Amino acid sequence: MHALALLSAGIAFVGAIMVITRRVAVHAVLYLVVTLLAVAMVLALLGAAFAAMLEIIIYAGAIMVLFVFVVMMLNSGQPDAAREGEWLRPRAWAGPGVLAGLLCGELLYAATPFSGHAWPLAPLTARDVGLGLFGHYVLMVELASFLLLAGLISALHIGRNRVEDR
Amino acid sequence: MLDTLRTLFLTFRHAFYRRATVQYPEQQPYLPPRYRGRIILSRDPDGAERCVACNLCAVACPVDCISLQKVEADGRWYPQYFRINFSRCIFCGFCEEACPTYAIQLTPDFEMSEYSRPNLVYEKEDLLISGTGKYPDYSFYHVSGIPIPGKDRGASERERPPVDIHSLLP
Amino acid sequence: MMRLSLPVLTPLAVLGLATMLTWVERRLLGLWQDRYGPNRVGPGGVFQAVADGVKLLFKQDWVPPFADRGVFVLAPAIGMMTVLLSFAVIPFTAMGGIAGGMNVGLLFILAMMGLGVYAVVLAGWASNSKYALLGGMRAAAQMISYEVFMGVSLLGVVMAAGSFSLRDIVAAQGRVWFVIPQCLGFCVFMLAGIAETHRLPFDLPEGENELGAGFHTEYSGLKFGMFFIAEYAGIILVSALVTTLYLGGGLGPVLPAAVWFTLKTCGMVMFFILLRAALPRPRYDQLMALGWKILLPLSLLNVMATGTIMMLRATTP
Repeated sequence: MHALALLSAGIAFVGAIMVITRRVAVHAVLYLVVTLLAVAMVLALLGAAFAAMLEIIIYAGAIMVLFVFVVMMLNSGQPDAAREGEWLRPRAWAGPGVLAGLLCGELLYAATPFSGHAWPLAPLTARDVGLGLFGHYVLMVELASFLLLAGLISALHIGRNRVEDR
Repeated sequence: MLDTLRTLFLTFRHAFYRRATVQYPEQQPYLPPRYRGRIILSRDPDGAERCVACNLCAVACPVDCISLQKVEADGRWYPQYFRINFSRCIFCGFCEEACPTYAIQLTPDFEMSEYSRPNLVYEKEDLLISGTGKYPDYSFYHVSGIPIPGKDRGASERERPPVDIHSLLP
Repeated sequence: MMRLSLPVLTPLAVLGLATMLTWVERRLLGLWQDRYGPNRVGPGGVFQAVADGVKLLFKQDWVPPFADRGVFVLAPAIGMMTVLLSFAVIPFTAMGGIAGGMNVGLLFILAMMGLGVYAVVLAGWASNSKYALLGGMRAAAQMISYEVFMGVSLLGVVMAAGSFSLRDIVAAQGRVWFVIPQCLGFCVFMLAGIAETHRLPFDLPEGENELGAGFHTEYSGLKFGMFFIAEYAGIILVSALVTTLYLGGGLGPVLPAAVWFTLKTCGMVMFFILLRAALPRPRYDQLMALGWKILLPLSLLNVMATGTIMMLRATTP
């Protein structure tokens, strides 16, 4: 189990690095998908199979497809590639890199995956997730739903066909 | 919605219909005698070639697939060669209609595929059959006024003897 | 022995059946269109699929020079893999197939179908030609939209069974098959299933008469064959899912569960082929309008009705 989890985490790590270094946008998105799958694998190994599946369905299966969809329609050429190359200079990524490394170390210290005492977690079922969402975290869910409703209404407004206005 | 279901039902009912396909090589379809298939050259009841090399078929052919050359022997006209390029022929039957001697005829046979294109060019030997085709009793030189060895002028069927223009008798 | 052989045999069996299905479909289409279909190779034409396979196998493995090579090769593999993985959680027998008892089995299938979109989209993009791209874009929009209704329509079943595990869902249909109480969800799921496998009449990503061959225009040989077989395996998958979720899976009198499951799945496959024989392809906006304006409200209505009834049942003794 440990080996599988470490392998998945490693894949996620490598995938994430590939995402920011790829020049072709679709390749980057593909590596992002791989990263998400690896993260889902880690979640499943931690006993949260429900969350893992939702991760694949929503992030890898739906949102990333939309990314690909948009990237497919953008015909990014040589100037874009050059600009992206400029962004990859050490001066640009050193700061965020150091901060992210600190965060990563902190996370490793806090999680301590090698200690082992909390490892065999009880599998988290859909029922537990539902009870948690609509019991303990109901305020958060409602706030998120407000946000989504606002997004929906704006999308409807932007996408409205304004033929008669002209 | 109901239309869709109806369409599905009607299509499903076709499972019990008779199939329209003819299983061709095993099951030969009936072809009427006047079907326009492979072209042949027929012969007289006497066994001589009917074709008089008048070139009318070659002229009538819309795709110019017929080619022939005339020669004369004993007052009769023959094709020296008679060539049909079946890779061009469209089996329209105009040559048969144009032919004054019923020599060129279309037959109910279409199985003439070849692996190489030049094999579809038929020469006179390939085209000639030993029979009379669709018109068993017709012989062009017996009804026309042309003299040939064994038949003088005026000796054809339903032909009066020639008028002797040097005679004063009526 | 059983535990080891099932994971090996199931993909092989699915591949074989999908290959045979190409022949079965053509024969059935022939039957419904008053003709014979392929009947020359072997008795009744059964070896037609083998002949086609051999032909595809011996074709040149061609990658167009303008294509994005890696993604181009990856796309058919993704399509094949996601479909085959989905079969792992289908409970063919009473024992429950390879992993029929997986507690998030239904979600796993939805996840695999979600990833299956990539096969089509990436094939369209990597081909780097306009018809393939158009096909890929259509596929992305169509499959993402219909995934939504598919998931929502399945919620009714999940609520009624109280589990995401396909084995539990089959077990919950002991008294009455879900096709009767969940008939709305059944209809929506069927339509979404056809759209999700981009089968006729919803084969707009391919759309032969407007897009060449859509997303697989540039594919040939075995890579095309993989798309082809994945599509047919997808039909089997959706049929097996409908059987599991709505038609009681392996439940039935007298005969063993595996036989019932096979019979029901075959019936569904034939129904899918009948749809192909009978119905014309809708226009793209019609497809989208059908999805968002009819199927989404219907599936939400189904969830609401199921929830209401379950709540009333629970509160009234």
